Amino acid sequence: MAEHREIRAGWPLFEVFVRSKRGLNHVHVGSLRAADAEMALRHARDLYTRRNEGVSIWVVKSSDIAASSPDEKDPFFAPSADKVYRHPTFYDIPEHVPHM
Amino acid sequence: MSTTTPEPSLEQHFEDVIARDQRIEPRDWMPDGYRKTLIRQVAQHAHSEIIGMQPEANWITRAPSLRRKAILLAKVQDEAGHGLYLYSAAETLGADRTELTENLIESRQKYSSIFNYPTLGFADVGVIGWLVDGAAICNQVPLCRSSFGPYARGMVRICKEESFHQRQGYELLMTMMGGTEDQRRMVQDATNRWWWPSLMMFGPPDHNSPNTAQSMAWKIKRHTNDELRQRFVDMTVPQAEALGVTLPDPELRWNDERGHYDFGEIDWAEFTQVIAGNGPCNTQRLAQRRRAHEDGAWVRDAAAAYAAKHAAKHAGKHAGDR
Repeated sequence: MAEHREIRAGWPLFEVFVRSKRGLNHVHVGSLRAADAEMALRHARDLYTRRNEGVSIWVVKSSDIAASSPDEKDPFFAPSADKVYRHPTFYDIPEHVPHM
Repeated sequence: MSTTTPEPSLEQHFEDVIARDQRIEPRDWMPDGYRKTLIRQVAQHAHSEIIGMQPEANWITRAPSLRRKAILLAKVQDEAGHGLYLYSAAETLGADRTELTENLIESRQKYSSIFNYPTLGFADVGVIGWLVDGAAICNQVPLCRSSFGPYARGMVRICKEESFHQRQGYELLMTMMGGTEDQRRMVQDATNRWWWPSLMMFGPPDHNSPNTAQSMAWKIKRHTNDELRQRFVDMTVPQAEALGVTLPDPELRWNDERGHYDFGEIDWAEFTQVIAGNGPCNTQRLAQRRRAHEDGAWVRDAAAAYAAKHAAKHAGKHAGDR
């Protein structure tokens, strides 16, 4: 029984990313359980691309993903909020200057 | 340290996100009740998709043409896919997939009452697509705006696929209605048997639905059971007329004042019985699911052993490279 548990725990969770067509990024579409990456790819094809939704698939073990804390009050993202000079609208350019 | 405004509490932040109609995502703080309610609902929904494969799979080997067989296979495969999208969403809430399957086969969690009715003829396949999937669409379209991100995204994907399910069913019925007298009788008979159970799919009436108010406050649900049921009836009556079948309810008639169809009283005693496990097929459905799970154990074990062996070989090879 203990061994059975161990084997069951051996089916890791994979996150699935699909490129819907050439020229676009891979986008996260969900997750699935599989024994290894190769099986995860096959299952991802059957599960997430039954209707031509993809031309390329990535699978990544969920445990290998490092993630920021999702809370938007998180100071992690604070540095990007206080640098208004990174945006083009920060700069005043006279109206008559073309192509700016 | 001077006068910084106090941080709003986690709970306040959660409430604000809901109030702004934004989505809650898996790693956000959420009240225990919200998590519990969602796990219950998403798991129940996933189980319904998985059990829902059985009534129609019953006819795959006996489909009357290769075309119908291919369609039915694709549809049943979709139901499996829908179950897996939903288990995936449930896992983001901290539920364990193996445990969810065990909860289903040990009857600790429920699935939709509708799948405990038998599919007695091939017309049932069409009526399931038309009425059962039609009711599911009514239920699921508003869930695409559910407050929990992974659930809402799963529903978007599912709803896109359900449209094929409903249309193939209706087309099948139109074909039969254009056939022999016997075929038309089969369609009417299947409609008679599935109409009331389809109305029960929306759950108990609002005055007897204990979870609805809280689920709506959390924007997990967007409409009450009775609202969705009425919407389904209003949508379906003209479809029945176009098809040429009679819906088995003598009280069904247009109410000009309400701008809706009135319909008869649902047999809630039957609903309670089916939910309690005493429907025509409850035992059979669960036994079949359990058998599939147990018969598949050696495949899962073998795949895991194969993966472990290859991982070890790979690791050994890399160690040797150094």
